Amino acid sequence: MDGSQPLADLRQVWRMRAFEERVRELRLAGDAVGSIHLGIGQEGVAVGASCLIGPDDAVFATYRGHSWAIACGVEPEKLFAEILGRATGINGGRGGSAHLTAPGYRFFGENSIVGAGAPIACGAALAGRHDGTDRVALTVFGDGAMNQGAVHEAMNFAAAFSLPVVFLCENNSWSELTAIDEMVGEPQLWRRAAGYGMPGERIDGNDPEQVRDRLGDAFEVAREGGGPTLVEAMTQRLVGHYIGDADQYRRPGERERDAENEPVALLTRRLRDAGVPDDEIAGTERAAREEMDAASAVALAAPPADPATAKEHLYA
Amino acid sequence: MPDTSVAARPEARELTYGEAVNAALRRCLDERPDTLLYGEDIAKPGGVFGVTRGLRRDFGDRVFDTPISESAILGSAVGAAMLGRRPIVEIMWVDFSLVAFDQVVNQLANVRYVSRGELTAPVTIRTQQGSAPGACAQHSQSLEALFLHVPGLRVCMPWTAQDAYDLLVAAVASDDPVLVIENRTLYPAGKGPVALGGPVQTPGGLRVRREGSDATVVTWGAMTARVLAAAAGLADEGISLEVLETVWLNPFPTDEIVASATRTGALAVVHEANVTGGFGAEVVARVAGRGVPLRVPPLRLGLPDTRVPAAPSLVAGLLPGPDAVAGSVRDWLRT
Ligand SMILES: Cc1ncc(C[n+]2csc(CCOP(=O)(O)OP(=O)(O)O)c2C)c(N)n1
Repeated sequence: MDGSQPLADLRQVWRMRAFEERVRELRLAGDAVGSIHLGIGQEGVAVGASCLIGPDDAVFATYRGHSWAIACGVEPEKLFAEILGRATGINGGRGGSAHLTAPGYRFFGENSIVGAGAPIACGAALAGRHDGTDRVALTVFGDGAMNQGAVHEAMNFAAAFSLPVVFLCENNSWSELTAIDEMVGEPQLWRRAAGYGMPGERIDGNDPEQVRDRLGDAFEVAREGGGPTLVEAMTQRLVGHYIGDADQYRRPGERERDAENEPVALLTRRLRDAGVPDDEIAGTERAAREEMDAASAVALAAPPADPATAKEHLYA
Repeated sequence: MPDTSVAARPEARELTYGEAVNAALRRCLDERPDTLLYGEDIAKPGGVFGVTRGLRRDFGDRVFDTPISESAILGSAVGAAMLGRRPIVEIMWVDFSLVAFDQVVNQLANVRYVSRGELTAPVTIRTQQGSAPGACAQHSQSLEALFLHVPGLRVCMPWTAQDAYDLLVAAVASDDPVLVIENRTLYPAGKGPVALGGPVQTPGGLRVRREGSDATVVTWGAMTARVLAAAAGLADEGISLEVLETVWLNPFPTDEIVASATRTGALAVVHEANVTGGFGAEVVARVAGRGVPLRVPPLRLGLPDTRVPAAPSLVAGLLPGPDAVAGSVRDWLRT
């Protein structure tokens, strides 16, 4: 197998991870404040999906959405600045880590209400039906969100009207501090799709190649008028639910398994098998850290959001 | 978590606000076998703020974790209460109650009324609210006024650790549905002696936090600390404020507020919720409706009518802190 694609994938995984590790440093240093949710370990899903998102598509993510903003092409500098509450942030400091929004990049935003993005994605798909685009709406949410009424309503709504929505569940097996398999009667979440009359499948979210391929099918079906699909991408978060979570609830053997499966480990193995030299592999991490150090330095140097503007943008 | 069990006789323990909530829950679970305690992450993990730690271990399957399904949490509480249980449920952030508002407004609040009292729903909903540095727009709101607009629902907002204990015990004992709105910034707040095991209070009443003669200031929740700090500063300037903390908002101690405002001739209401449609408007209307003669027009202070931004520099310009409260009150009384 040619190593160029996995190398590009690893480069992207590292950009996301280096971004978030830098965010963690900034949070622990007190430069950023508040609750920040990292998706370290889950990057394979966003990396695999990034090339599928077309120019008129719309992505709806959750508070754990930094990587999705990067996948949509938002400059890290503007994301750092937003998380740091700077005037130069992508939302001028109004959104923060949990509410990044960049419609100019097809990123219709994070959401801090579990499951709330799914019905909104239905609306984006509906708009596409009337505005002459071939828009696909991608809504990304966690395993826990599968138990939220809004997600159920959205799935039926999309299926009933054959809307071009891709429901992407990033199953990291934990909803905050509670295991998903204790909160459902059927832990194979993708199986619910059948009940709505749409296709569904479970994939390895750690493998960008597989995500590209299988999620790509869902995009294609949606774009060609075939309606929604539910894709359950199995993954893991290697860190706490938020920065500061003591993360003491993991099951025996879980961390070892996660370390073996996570995308950096998986892609590194793949590259070695393809005969890519180690220093080329290591270069992906180095380059990503350099990029994120530079981007965060620019953001840190920017002025805080101006309090005089706090009341702006409430009405038209 | 320190030992929060109840001794045979009332006794004082050094507890934080969060530990006082734990002690109240422990007492209710202990004394009332009809209680159930459930919500997201509250049992095995002991709550995202650690408030319910140890209760699953000690009370078994009457304490359990739920899916992220607020409609099912609140709706099942209504049903279990109709059939004789006394559910205590947690909605992690008040903002999340909005995905299940139907179960509160159309369902819970109607149970007793439409059945002419044949059915009751003594549900206690614990939640928490308020702004904290860096919290996003969907995790910062103060929504008590939404619930206070709903007849049939009791609402309280403890600020001290003692009230966090007493109000919750009173809520669970009440045969009405009660919403207890706590504040996450207070959970770890300064340990102090909390009397456990005292007589169960009935909903209602207020706390006179400071006596004064120049103006009556009504406040509740975490805002009380800011108002008291402002009042202490103003006292040095010769301005004497009477600070009334209305821990119960429904039932509301209208008579006591009217009496105080009549005495001081000036009324201000300060809350963390935004001003328009805030409960402060109701307080002012009640006092005005009684024809209380006031020297100066009433003052309402709260968050300006805007969404809550994430950046600390933006929030700082919005939420009135002690200095802003003192400044507003000073200007107001000077007019
Ligand atoms: C309606 C609602 N209920 C509860 C919460 C609190 N909450 C935030 S994240 C979370 C867990 C979500 O788990 P999951 O959907 O699996 O996503 P993950 O965090 O693992 O990415 C919960 C319960 C919320 N934000 N919104």
